[in-house]
Amino acid sequence: MGRYVARRLLQAIPVFFGATFIVFAMVYALPGDPIRALNGERPISESAQAALRDRYNLDDPLVIQYAKYIGGLATGDFGETFRGEPVSAILKQKFPVTAKLALGAFIFECVLGLLAGILAGLRRGSFMDNLVLLSTTFIVAIPVFVLGFVAQLVLGVQLSWFPIAGIQNGWFSYVLPSMVLGSLSLVYIARLTRTSLVENLRSDYIRTAEAKGLPRRRVVGRHAMRNSLIPVVTFLGVDLGALMAGAIITEGIFNIPGIGREVFLAIQGQEGAVVVGIVTAGILIFILMNLIVDLLYAVLDPRIRYE
Amino acid sequence: MSDQKRGGTTEDVDLLEEEARPEDAMLQASGGGVQAQGSIAAAAAVEGGASEYQASLWGDAWRQLRRKPLFLIAAALLVVFTVMAIAPSLFTNADPEFADLSNSVDTPSAAHWFGFDIQGRDYFARVIYGTRVSLIIGLLVVGIDVVIGILLGSIAGYYGGKLDTLIGRAADIWFALPTTLAAIVFLSVLGQRGLFQVSFVLIFLAWPTLMRLMRSSVLAGKEADYVQAAKALGAGDWRILRVHILPNGIAPVIVYATISVGIIVSAEAALSFLGVGLQLPAISWGLMIADSQGRLLTSPHLLLFPGAFLSVFVLSFIILGDQLRDALDPRLR
Repeated sequence: MGRYVARRLLQAIPVFFGATFIVFAMVYALPGDPIRALNGERPISESAQAALRDRYNLDDPLVIQYAKYIGGLATGDFGETFRGEPVSAILKQKFPVTAKLALGAFIFECVLGLLAGILAGLRRGSFMDNLVLLSTTFIVAIPVFVLGFVAQLVLGVQLSWFPIAGIQNGWFSYVLPSMVLGSLSLVYIARLTRTSLVENLRSDYIRTAEAKGLPRRRVVGRHAMRNSLIPVVTFLGVDLGALMAGAIITEGIFNIPGIGREVFLAIQGQEGAVVVGIVTAGILIFILMNLIVDLLYAVLDPRIRYE
Repeated sequence: MSDQKRGGTTEDVDLLEEEARPEDAMLQASGGGVQAQGSIAAAAAVEGGASEYQASLWGDAWRQLRRKPLFLIAAALLVVFTVMAIAPSLFTNADPEFADLSNSVDTPSAAHWFGFDIQGRDYFARVIYGTRVSLIIGLLVVGIDVVIGILLGSIAGYYGGKLDTLIGRAADIWFALPTTLAAIVFLSVLGQRGLFQVSFVLIFLAWPTLMRLMRSSVLAGKEADYVQAAKALGAGDWRILRVHILPNGIAPVIVYATISVGIIVSAEAALSFLGVGLQLPAISWGLMIADSQGRLLTSPHLLLFPGAFLSVFVLSFIILGDQLRDALDPRLR
């Protein structure tokens, strides 16, 4: 177990540096001169511009800039915007909004996805099974932004069940966007649960359990479900990170002031530090969730634990 | 199906060996069935030449598919979409660029089925003409990524060692990039964005999944007896890969590629909708949906028609992929 954990940790290091470097290089290549963009109507003197360029390391080569950025990151410093605001303050302000949205989506997809997957998997080929398969195929095919708009139009505008935009209504504002954001993962969870339940119900140990005369409830609940949930749990872990990064479109539709909108504002304002900060945070969350899932996997599956 | 794209899913834990990542295990699981049947058929192939074997796996699949109504519907839809993309004027006489502002956002009528957009252009014509970019981007991106995936996946799986580690680590790094965020940043860098720029970014971001699929297929196929036999007979690496491993191992790649055409088309529309994909005057479903955003209350038809076309288009590819997988996986028979 210790070796397994150590190896996973070591593997995460090059992934972190590689991914952040790609993004850093891209932002470095963003068109336009951010200092000149600061000028506005009244030009800043050459010496003031030079001082600013020096302060933000803009004249260093890419690799040096990256190294300085990573150095700052190691002390929790995400850099600052050209207006002097620390990026970490922006992250602190915007991430909770996106996190709430992602958490809502997570709860939604867990409850409904597991329910649908179990109902379908217990009786393969039944009406319920076909219903779940058919409806999930349709949900996958509808792009999130189409689904979002249709939900907004029907549930928000025509039926007025939910607020259609913004976050003024507290947690209630997050309900509809969360359902839209979670819809795609819901499909994966339902299908994954169904497939793995179907496979496990056919296995030898289930036949043994049934032959012993155990009641169906116990066979399914204790024997089949435990193993069937392993792949689902691992998916859920990775998905929580993916939801946060994927919330941009949903945030756009429902006008939610999370990191998605911030990225667009930052690109428009040529605030490279904010863009890099947000994407880096996304990468960190992804890597962290993957590590947690790997550990969880080891806990759930003894074949890995006793490797 | 596209479970494979999202990481960390295992269907068959038995296959999760020492070094295999969870994704690989699942891929192997889906490839495994094809493999089992392949080795029987390939035993015959060693005597009778490879062409006979190919006819059996794909021939079986075709015979099964021909009788599936879902497959036929999806295939027919795709034929219609293809004709639409090649010759949109067969479907409509209206010019998608002709604007008469007095018709602005008129609702659907008998003469103009989908009504008019904000500029007073015939919406049916625009939706029909929008098929082309979606189809081109979907096929271009997936086509190139399949080639990249097969090449890198075969190298990684067949030769193993340092090359495998290098390619595998690169894929890990790419997986860690948050796709939507990264696409937004990359496309902002490009400034001018046409068909090729958008395709390039999607190609750049989407290759690792197909590579991993191919790699695990090759890994599974490499150990088969008939491959060992071919090696013993003195066949070269290239011949072994091309004749013995690829025909068996490519099935999961084809299945996933079919589904991912749908995913890519949907991604293009999403990026165009976000304002970092195609730019006007391009005619794209994503752009049309983006334009409808402020007018949901008054003219929902601006959203519903391109949204429906996009969804049906994506659905056809997903169903086709699903059906192909069922037909190519003998375990389900």
